[in-house]
Amino acid sequence: MRWIWIDRFVAFERGKSARAVKLLSRAEDHFADHFPGYPIMPGALILEGLAQAGGILVGDANDFRDKVVLAKIGKAVFHREMVPGECLTYDVEVVNLREEAATVAGRVTVGDELTVEAEVFFAFLDQSRAAELFAGRNFVFTGELKYLVDRMLATFRPPAGEKKGPGPDAAPA
Amino acid sequence: MPTQEEIYQKVSSTLVEALNVDEDEIRPESTLQKDLGAESIDFLDIVFRLEREFGIKIPRGELFPESIFQGDPDFVQNGRVTPKGLAELRAKMPFADLDEFAQNPEVKNLSDLFTVALITRYIQGKLSGSAA
Repeated sequence: MRWIWIDRFVAFERGKSARAVKLLSRAEDHFADHFPGYPIMPGALILEGLAQAGGILVGDANDFRDKVVLAKIGKAVFHREMVPGECLTYDVEVVNLREEAATVAGRVTVGDELTVEAEVFFAFLDQSRAAELFAGRNFVFTGELKYLVDRMLATFRPPAGEKKGPGPDAAPA
Repeated sequence: MPTQEEIYQKVSSTLVEALNVDEDEIRPESTLQKDLGAESIDFLDIVFRLEREFGIKIPRGELFPESIFQGDPDFVQNGRVTPKGLAELRAKMPFADLDEFAQNPEVKNLSDLFTVALITRYIQGKLSGSAA
């Protein structure tokens, strides 16, 4: 299973807030088992999407110097189930940001309807601590997450003098 | 300046949120780790919430020192805190009640210093300091 639970960023304000979207496709593997004949998006994967959006938001605030680790979900309220075919909007906002940790408030909406509220707490591991714990593997901002970060940067912070190209994941005009 | 009781009430409600405990489990003498089940990551969360709740800044390591003695033999010998170590604790944590700990200053008892009452005293000191 691919571990990427947001599709792209549609807004991004450095160190403050971000908005990402996630389309729910019936073809996603987990819907076959969660649950057979009654496909709903698992709450834990929605929280993971909020953590990915929030983690990129706070990771970017210090140029991805530290590894951002989901440490705690302070609270999570699920107002209703979400089903294949829906488009989820994930809004994340920095509540606290310090050198060693950050808190992000997350909200998921479908259209105007609020479906999830959660508070996500991240710990930052500096390179030496991360190397000690994870033997130097850069496991956070790699692979598909890195692609997402690169697309976000290209869309919202294109290098000076470069015209913003549309690209496959560009935000709609 | 809120009263000690008001501060205590706010500290309690902060801990209810951060540690997902019931309000009636919280007493002034409750220790964060043993009684209320706090884990290391919760300490940072508590700091964030206290900052928001009381509108104060808590510098890193001031309320919850990350590693108090770093294994310094001047401060710790045979698993016990030395008189010099106790003096260091009193200087770094004037808001801690060290008298009972000093009776049997084993390093493993250090976590028992961190009680609801300790946080309340710390906040009280912080608020009176900033009002001065």
